Amino acid sequence: MQIARVIGTVVSTVKNGTLEGRKFLIVQTLDADLKDKGKPMVALDAVGAGVGELVFWCRGKEASFPFKRDETPTDCTIVGIIDSEDHVRNINSKN
Amino acid sequence: MLIARVIGNVVASQKNQRYEGTRSMLCRQITPEGEDMDYTCIALDSVGAGEGEVVIIAQEGWSASTAATGKPGAAIDSAIVGIVDYIDLL
Repeated sequence: MQIARVIGTVVSTVKNGTLEGRKFLIVQTLDADLKDKGKPMVALDAVGAGVGELVFWCRGKEASFPFKRDETPTDCTIVGIIDSEDHVRNINSKN
Repeated sequence: MLIARVIGNVVASQKNQRYEGTRSMLCRQITPEGEDMDYTCIALDSVGAGEGEVVIIAQEGWSASTAATGKPGAAIDSAIVGIVDYIDLL
């Protein structure tokens, strides 16, 4: 799992039937110091996250588990909303 | 999942049986702002995407196989799962 910031939404009308009613968000992955890491990507929302929120996401086949028993094709799913930046404790933080 | 633009397709008369009836689209990853990136890949279509369209690609075996063929277990690692209408950025 990785920490990320939700930076946008993707609207898609034509999509795989199993994705009906699901929300695509654009996330920018962050490192443990909450600095941008890599390029933004698209994640499926499983927890009701919104733009601007700090979240964490899960990759791989496991990303589809929150939507069971639907066979939802996703490789990146938001599985948690972090309460605030202050709720990320890192004893090695450079900040 | 990544955002990509469909830049073409490939035709293979001889291919793994599980690919029968599928369309193999050539895609180039783009940024949310719409700029081309270096990464390109072949993704199977599950939504009827056409050349030039911006799409969402899932890159995970089970998801891609299920989306593109309706069953898991095929040797497929990328599938187009949605066509992008528009993107709203912060």
